[in-house]
Amino acid sequence: MTDFHQSQRAMRAMRKAAMQRGVIAILDVGSSKIACLVLRFDGPEHFRDTDGIGPLAGQSAFRVIGAATTRSRGVRFGEIDAMVETERAIRTAVQAAQKMANQRVDHVIACFAGATPRSYGLAGEIDVSGEQVSEQDVARVLAACDVPDYGAGREVIHAQPVNFALDHRSGLGDPRGHVGNRLAVDMHLLTIDAAAVQNLIYCIKRCDLELAGIASSAYVSGIASLVEDEQELGAACIDMGGGATGVSVFIKKHMIFADAVRLGGDHVTSDIAKGLQVPMATAERIKTFYGGIHATGMDDREQIELAGNSGDWEKDRRQVSRAELIGIMRPRVEEILEEVRGLLDAAGFDHLPSQQIVLTGGASQIPGLDGLAARILGQNVRLGRPLRVQGLPQAATGAGFASAVGLSLFAAHPQDEWWDFEIPAERTPARSLRRAVRWFKDNW
Amino acid sequence: MRALGAASRPGPRAAPRPPAAPRRDPAPSRFIYRWNRLWLTPVFRALTRIGLPVFAVVLGLGLWLGDEGRRAEIVARYQDIKQQIQHRPEFMVSLMKIDGASPEVDAAIRSMMPVKLPASSFAIDLDALQGVIERLDAVADVKLLIRPGGVLEAKVTEREPAVLWRRASRIEMLDAEGHRVATLIARETRPDLPLIAGEGAQLVVPEALALLAAAGPILPRARGLVRVGERRWDLVLDRDQRILLPEQNPVRALERVIAIDQAEDILARDFTHLDMRSEQRPTIRLSAPALEEFRRITGHETKVKALK
Repeated sequence: MTDFHQSQRAMRAMRKAAMQRGVIAILDVGSSKIACLVLRFDGPEHFRDTDGIGPLAGQSAFRVIGAATTRSRGVRFGEIDAMVETERAIRTAVQAAQKMANQRVDHVIACFAGATPRSYGLAGEIDVSGEQVSEQDVARVLAACDVPDYGAGREVIHAQPVNFALDHRSGLGDPRGHVGNRLAVDMHLLTIDAAAVQNLIYCIKRCDLELAGIASSAYVSGIASLVEDEQELGAACIDMGGGATGVSVFIKKHMIFADAVRLGGDHVTSDIAKGLQVPMATAERIKTFYGGIHATGMDDREQIELAGNSGDWEKDRRQVSRAELIGIMRPRVEEILEEVRGLLDAAGFDHLPSQQIVLTGGASQIPGLDGLAARILGQNVRLGRPLRVQGLPQAATGAGFASAVGLSLFAAHPQDEWWDFEIPAERTPARSLRRAVRWFKDNW
Repeated sequence: MRALGAASRPGPRAAPRPPAAPRRDPAPSRFIYRWNRLWLTPVFRALTRIGLPVFAVVLGLGLWLGDEGRRAEIVARYQDIKQQIQHRPEFMVSLMKIDGASPEVDAAIRSMMPVKLPASSFAIDLDALQGVIERLDAVADVKLLIRPGGVLEAKVTEREPAVLWRRASRIEMLDAEGHRVATLIARETRPDLPLIAGEGAQLVVPEALALLAAAGPILPRARGLVRVGERRWDLVLDRDQRILLPEQNPVRALERVIAIDQAEDILARDFTHLDMRSEQRPTIRLSAPALEEFRRITGHETKVKALK
């Protein structure tokens, strides 16, 4: 229909080719690290239909055979900032993962958090042409959605039919074959900055790889971190990354909202670096070892040495208490969570039947974060870790790998998107012939 | 760059280490990256690891063997080594030992040897030699083998002559199956052997032998068997007497003759042919004087009878 259909279809075709070859790479382009997983698909015969774990069975369809991370260079706020640096970082990660897998990969599915995602709810409605809803009708109702003017320089990365309604019955997952007259659809459309996508495509091209798919980091970490009933009943996944914090809201196993806050763990680190006058590397180290949210009396007595090599003895031998560190970190974390709260309020998260909130991502590992999040976001807060995936190394099972794991699941089981349905052909000869035959049947 | 095979472990909480410089994490250059990917391509890898060495070896050999003189030299050296091994004393045959052969056959076999002894055992084709020797009429069977110590041993089974076959110009010795053994110059050299004659007699030597065996009592008088018309036998006795035997069952007919002879002493009579060809009617042809005598007697008798 439009050009994003064409490009997304091309990527789908690429993904199919990769599936046929059996090997695909997963690339999580984050602000603090770039993770690359190499997946090997074993083929559909490895599904275990008899186990009765339908949606989870997809995990046995692939196996992680290579995994590598590298320090991210040139990515800020989840967007590519310095092209050459990012390209080199991608090269590093891909080469290490290939080495571990001992296999060359040509196709890559990428995700990133930033680029100001924006959600739109679309609705379309048509009259069903026959008695039963056919595939054509589904395509037509999807085509009938009025696409909002999301502006020039934006690109659609997800457009998923969330809900179908037939006459007065709503909540249909798959309307095909149902009998009814009027078919309506609700669709969730996610757009991001086209420039960010172009940059990513360029970087991946420069690495001799083919882009076989692109996804929003918030969406895929939701897939990985939310358990099935949370996705079904309504939950928000908050993926606290290095440079951006993604928010995605799920209900009935569909994403209905996604957004990102341009704040993350790197800001906490830079606050520490500024407040304590230490280099960023030291600040990062102090944050990961001693960081926290709630200060107690014990923390006043625990002294942290701020080692340095400036040559000034006074500066290099400084000590701060852990309470001071917490005093620096807490306001920033609070700020991030307040921003997330604002996004959730704007999205109408209050109206969901279940308001489970799952915190994941590398920055969610700050001790005591769940307590603070419960104060700000609501009572139902838990820390989430990604699903277990076959073959994933132990070091890559942490919360920081939620989007990488989610992207693997997304690669194995992509959600139906707008471009997966045929573009409706309004005037095809077969159709008019069928109509003529029906007219004869009705009148003779 | 860090492959995630091993879990990283945090340092001890209470013992802060001095902050290390940021770990070196060099990115591979584009060339290294591309080379790496190329190296992970299975086809390229197979080509490099198998195809290239094979190509190099074949090319080297081809260049080296391209020279005509070198090839000839290699072949010559090969032949030389082969020759040396074949002519080692372990493989040499210096002596031929022939068992069970008469002096004539022995000489014939020795003259048939394709190579002069001593020779390498590789040069003697035993199967071919055996075929050649077996083509000798006097030899029924021969077994050749090379014994350790360089002795070529031939075990010869000679044909035993069973009958003499007189032909137009010469006399042949035949064995019991009718196979030629040798030519005889004079009948007197082998008086012990019975004589047969006639075209096609050599084909039915077993039958002739059976007849001669059956002819036991009259054998001293028998001069030989004659094949008539390539279908039946005549037993020739001395005094120019012949017993004509039938085509079928000649032995029975002969036994019958012997029985008649023992009963009536028929063979002592003066006749030329005793015709046993018809079973129902053995016939006698008298000699001329006997016939005259017979006529005289019977004529007289008839006359006497006529007078009465």
